[in-house]
Amino acid sequence: MASSRLVAPELATIKVHGMTRESFLLRSTLAAGAAYGTLSATGLISKAIAESSSGDVDILNFALTLEYLETEFYTLAAKDVKGLSDYETKLTEKLRDDESKHVDALTATVKDLGGKPVAKPTFDFGGAFGSRASYLKTANTLEDTGVSAYNGAAPMIESTDVLAAAGSIVQIEARHAALIRLVRNVAPAPRAFDKASEMDAVLKAVKPFIAA
Amino acid sequence: MPEQCQLQVEGTFPVTDSALRELADDPSSRKRFFKMLGGAGAVSAFSIALAACGDDDDEKDPAPAAKSPDDSNQSDLEILNYALTLEFLEADFYDKVIASGLVKDPKVVTIAKKFGSTEQTHVEALTATIKKLGGTPVSAPATKFEPTLDKGLKAVIETAATVENLGAAAYLGQAGNIKSKEVLASALAIHTVEARHAAALNTLAGRGFGDGKGGLKGALPDGAFAKPMDMKAVMAAIKPFLA
Repeated sequence: MASSRLVAPELATIKVHGMTRESFLLRSTLAAGAAYGTLSATGLISKAIAESSSGDVDILNFALTLEYLETEFYTLAAKDVKGLSDYETKLTEKLRDDESKHVDALTATVKDLGGKPVAKPTFDFGGAFGSRASYLKTANTLEDTGVSAYNGAAPMIESTDVLAAAGSIVQIEARHAALIRLVRNVAPAPRAFDKASEMDAVLKAVKPFIAA
Repeated sequence: MPEQCQLQVEGTFPVTDSALRELADDPSSRKRFFKMLGGAGAVSAFSIALAACGDDDDEKDPAPAAKSPDDSNQSDLEILNYALTLEFLEADFYDKVIASGLVKDPKVVTIAKKFGSTEQTHVEALTATIKKLGGTPVSAPATKFEPTLDKGLKAVIETAATVENLGAAAYLGQAGNIKSKEVLASALAIHTVEARHAAALNTLAGRGFGDGKGGLKGALPDGAFAKPMDMKAVMAAIKPFLA
């Protein structure tokens, strides 16, 4: 995959087990293909993937990046956004605390698997905290994106323990999304099936907030 | 089933809904989506949504269609039928609540109708998937919601919240047991919708922020990590609603 196609070159430089995001994407595609039986001709590749367990670490680090982003977002929002109701302030603090616990849990899980947790990126939320409306709208986007990111990555998880952890987090992200949507007066659950986003789509959605 | 297929479109957040419509209507777009998800497995995952939308596209489906049940998908079929039972229960509850006329607040009526139609869509999607895997979908269980309805609006909303919390916990409890990646992807796509319903109804029921100890009668997001429930615990919890 050519670097020019990447929507967030900053994240492409994240190295996990010496791999760049590009090779992770390629490998994820291969792994998915192998799991679905569509790459039976490439037996050697499938075998190599089957013997590696670091795919879960890559997925967890991807999730960790999103959780860092959400944690920072709500931490700043709790300080900077004016005009929130008491409930909205409490909600913001609650979401901040939940996302922070997700960061801790993912970091610990990456370490348990023998991986190296990604460093926290530098974020820039631009004018998101300029008004109640822009804060809530951005929160809505981030939470829905988080749900779709977990749902898209989860079927690629190899370990049932890691899958259970991801499932337990994504359910909370979905609840967050519904609560933010309710205070915005938009449908809490607009679709019968939540979206499962491929990594590039997720990166595109969060790219505006990643400074370095 | 065009009505159940209607996806609510919001001016403020137009991306997701139109994307699904596009996928349903445009075969080339659908192919891109499958490719994007990394293989044929996605075809089956997405075909569930299409089945619910009354798709009449006769395009060849490379998913494991028309396969007779064998050991590998027998346990998935059991899980799907278990999920179907829960979705039947939820759909029936919303139907009865709306028919009862107990809900007057237009905002709550909108939510009840939307959630009810979503559960019905889940029923249809699960039914189609079970058939596709060569299984036999269970029938809708006979339900007993009258005692709840007799208690009035507050009890109805609390029960709806409990049932949705139960649904979310039930899907979460099965994620690790599902063998097929396609079935897993579909279950996850439903799981988070149940969670959204649960959070909205917890709010309507006036529940505050919890510490993860609320269980089925839990708070808005009940702690930072959702708790799964196994099949036995879920079946025991829904027993009062079965006739």
